[in-house]
Amino acid sequence: MSSQTEHHNDVSGGPDTPLMKTEQAPATVAEHPFADPGLPEHQPRRQDIDERAAKRSERMVTLLFLTSILATVGFIVAFALIPVDEIVHIWPFGHVSALNFALGLTLGTALFCVGAGAVHWARTLMSDAEVPEERHAVGAPEPVKEDVLTEFRAGVRESGIGLGRRKLMRNTMIGAVGLVPLSGVVLLRDLGPAPGDKLFHTAWAEGVRIVNQNTGEPLRPEDITVGSLVQAAPATIDHHDEDFHAQIAKAAVMLVRIEPEDIKDPRSAEWGHEGILCYSKICTHIGCPATLYEQQTHHALCPCHQSTFDLADGARVLFGPAGHPLPQLRIGKDEEGYLVALADFEQPPGPSFWERG
Amino acid sequence: MSTATDERTTARRGKAPAGERLADWADGRLGVYGAAKYGMRKVFPDHWSFLLGEIALFSFIIVLLTGVYLTLFFVPSMAQVEYHGSYVPMQGQLMSEAYASTLDISFDVRGGLLVRQIHHWGALIFVVAIFIHMMRVFFTGAFRKPREINWLFGFTLFILALFTGLTGYSLPDDLLSGTGIRFMEGAILATPVVGTWIQMLLFGGEFPGHDIIPRFFVIHVLLLPGLLLALVVAHLILIVFHKHTHYAGPGKTNTNVVGMPFFPVYMAKAGGFTFIVFGVITLIAGTVTINPVWTIGPYRPETVSTNAQPDWYLGFSEGLVRMMPGWEIVLFGDYTLNLGLLIPLGVFPAMLVVLMLYPFFESWVTKDTREHHIAQRPRNVPTRTAFGMAWLSAYFVALVAGGNDVWAINFNLSINAITWFCRIGFFVLPVLVFFLTRRICLGLQRRDRDKVLHGRETGIIKRLPHGEFIEVHEPLPPAERYKLTAHEQPRPLSLPPAVDENGVERKVGPLEKLRARLSRGYYGEQAQIPKATAEEYREITSGHGHH
Repeated sequence: MSSQTEHHNDVSGGPDTPLMKTEQAPATVAEHPFADPGLPEHQPRRQDIDERAAKRSERMVTLLFLTSILATVGFIVAFALIPVDEIVHIWPFGHVSALNFALGLTLGTALFCVGAGAVHWARTLMSDAEVPEERHAVGAPEPVKEDVLTEFRAGVRESGIGLGRRKLMRNTMIGAVGLVPLSGVVLLRDLGPAPGDKLFHTAWAEGVRIVNQNTGEPLRPEDITVGSLVQAAPATIDHHDEDFHAQIAKAAVMLVRIEPEDIKDPRSAEWGHEGILCYSKICTHIGCPATLYEQQTHHALCPCHQSTFDLADGARVLFGPAGHPLPQLRIGKDEEGYLVALADFEQPPGPSFWERG
Repeated sequence: MSTATDERTTARRGKAPAGERLADWADGRLGVYGAAKYGMRKVFPDHWSFLLGEIALFSFIIVLLTGVYLTLFFVPSMAQVEYHGSYVPMQGQLMSEAYASTLDISFDVRGGLLVRQIHHWGALIFVVAIFIHMMRVFFTGAFRKPREINWLFGFTLFILALFTGLTGYSLPDDLLSGTGIRFMEGAILATPVVGTWIQMLLFGGEFPGHDIIPRFFVIHVLLLPGLLLALVVAHLILIVFHKHTHYAGPGKTNTNVVGMPFFPVYMAKAGGFTFIVFGVITLIAGTVTINPVWTIGPYRPETVSTNAQPDWYLGFSEGLVRMMPGWEIVLFGDYTLNLGLLIPLGVFPAMLVVLMLYPFFESWVTKDTREHHIAQRPRNVPTRTAFGMAWLSAYFVALVAGGNDVWAINFNLSINAITWFCRIGFFVLPVLVFFLTRRICLGLQRRDRDKVLHGRETGIIKRLPHGEFIEVHEPLPPAERYKLTAHEQPRPLSLPPAVDENGVERKVGPLEKLRARLSRGYYGEQAQIPKATAEEYREITSGHGHH
């Protein structure tokens, strides 16, 4: 602490006076050209000199606390009396839940007024004189540091950990402690199954009918008109299945019908049926359904990150962060005239992953 | 010690007031008098900018309280149930128990909606407050020694808060939060080599599985809040230990702290402010709907809504992803690298780490190892201020990109044009902002210098006998003059001469050269305007009517 006293005697000790001797400072251009006039004298407030002003403040604080009390009572009354499903129109908020609005207003007021009262009390009636308090250097003074180091060395000596002899003991300890957490890591293995080839297969297979997502009815080619987009799913999965979400997350498709002469990619046309093309609707970027369809341009846009795919050109990526086209499902017609898949997707649908290739 | 206390107590038994007797009792067990002697009249400086951290603290408390209430009703389960609650449009729909219980909280539990909305609004305000508080600390240099570790604590709190928010808004399992989880799945899958493994382990199988919400629930209500609470306590302990910084001013030095005592003034103000923050959040929650999970229905992987955005604090990571072109490469014909996700998801932590490690960079450049307890004015450290503003501009470009669809719809703009603007702006704007900010800082320094030398403009116009009009300037009061010149102006580091006194060539490492260059960038002539000196002031004030 000696350095501190030293600096205090130093008249030029400006705002940047260092707290410790060992500290390094960059050279500075000019010190403080104007002397520190010191803490300004305390200016009394209105409330300090005028008892009537102080009384007014007191009344104000009391009023705020009283308002809070009333608001809490109002909260309890509102809770008991207003039905939970009542909707009212309140300008400018529109149609709101009456209970939620009343509870929010009363509880908010109750809390706010407690705070406002306390702050007003502190600001107008408690002392506002600013006082200085000394700081002390965070680091320990030299002698303390020396003491600690001596003690530490003694401890090290006593334990024998730092010495050449008993090295094997120390090293095995480090090894043992280092290895123990491994058990914890191993325990995490059963959090889930191995990936295997799960991401490569979907519910689609040869002969699986394509059903309308909304109606659940199997689709015929004539159900899909030129310019329309139909959301569809495989007939083999049902909403009530245990793994429905996991299945639909891979198998969801969209069907579009494009005039055959507008289809630019011949392979894509071949995989479709009379101009009906069936694409995975799971965006290849991160997996949102990319189904904002612009029928004039045949563009499908993903609403999450705006990847844009040209469905007339093999779902080629036109814009945005997606890295590859939407996989296309090969479709045909079964003997009863319904649209069916001719095989599973050739490439895994959805966002890309390391093993995807 | 204890015998002395006992004697005193015995001597006055029956006379001491109940409060004192209770304190005596506690002192014998907890040592409360010692703690009070240290803390009760501890001085806290007062400044509006010091309230930002308090807002963060108090909104954290209200989020904890409301969070506990919500766990009493929320069911963290992905089991599918048919909804039969009181919200008519969803009658009979299949949905997860998580979503159904969120609807129950919103429509059937009296006050449930209010608490849910306080929780969500509180969480948003919590992160905003941390962010602005962090900016305050950054731009005033309050992160300098001895507070670097507390800066790291604060930064870690910020990052933990982001992930607590993410796991929190994923829980209701409505269409929007499910889309967020899907995003996360895609991001995990993009990880080279181990992506599919992590995804399977985290989700307990294929997306979405049945485990992710219960697992997120535990992370959101136990793991992350536990870490947050521990770090908040550590953060506060360090604030008390270091004592708060204050701004330069008369009587305020690097060796003292000027303010008002903890008890009663600071206690009343901070305690009152707690209630004000609670109250304002509650009023907002009561009047402004947030996250109406009932409007877009339960999550189904094959459906999506437009306008899908994360909460604001993850908007910039979302924007980085949206700006990225779709680069994807296949290695050796077998392995896919999804750069379209990998690059933005690498830039996201990198941007945070750059800011997090900045204090160490600055102290390396300046070679300054002193303790600093006077917060700086941003204008007086133009290079740091410019760097911070450049960082912020990159951040805000990414944030704008994160809502590119919202901009496009509301301002009738092309989404492609906005995305391209952001792609270019992300690189160009920070550079422009850097130089512009430095210019503005220098301008402000000149203004301070003029104010010190020539005084304050009074707005009084005087006509001189020969017809000239001049404005009367009033000299600044000494306190003000001191305040404007209290900052130090370091000289840049200079390399030692290439040849030493014995004519031997001195080797200067490239790192040392870089440091000298950077130091010139911080403290060179182009980075600071020499502050007014006493001589200049004397010369001008003794002049004849010169202004």
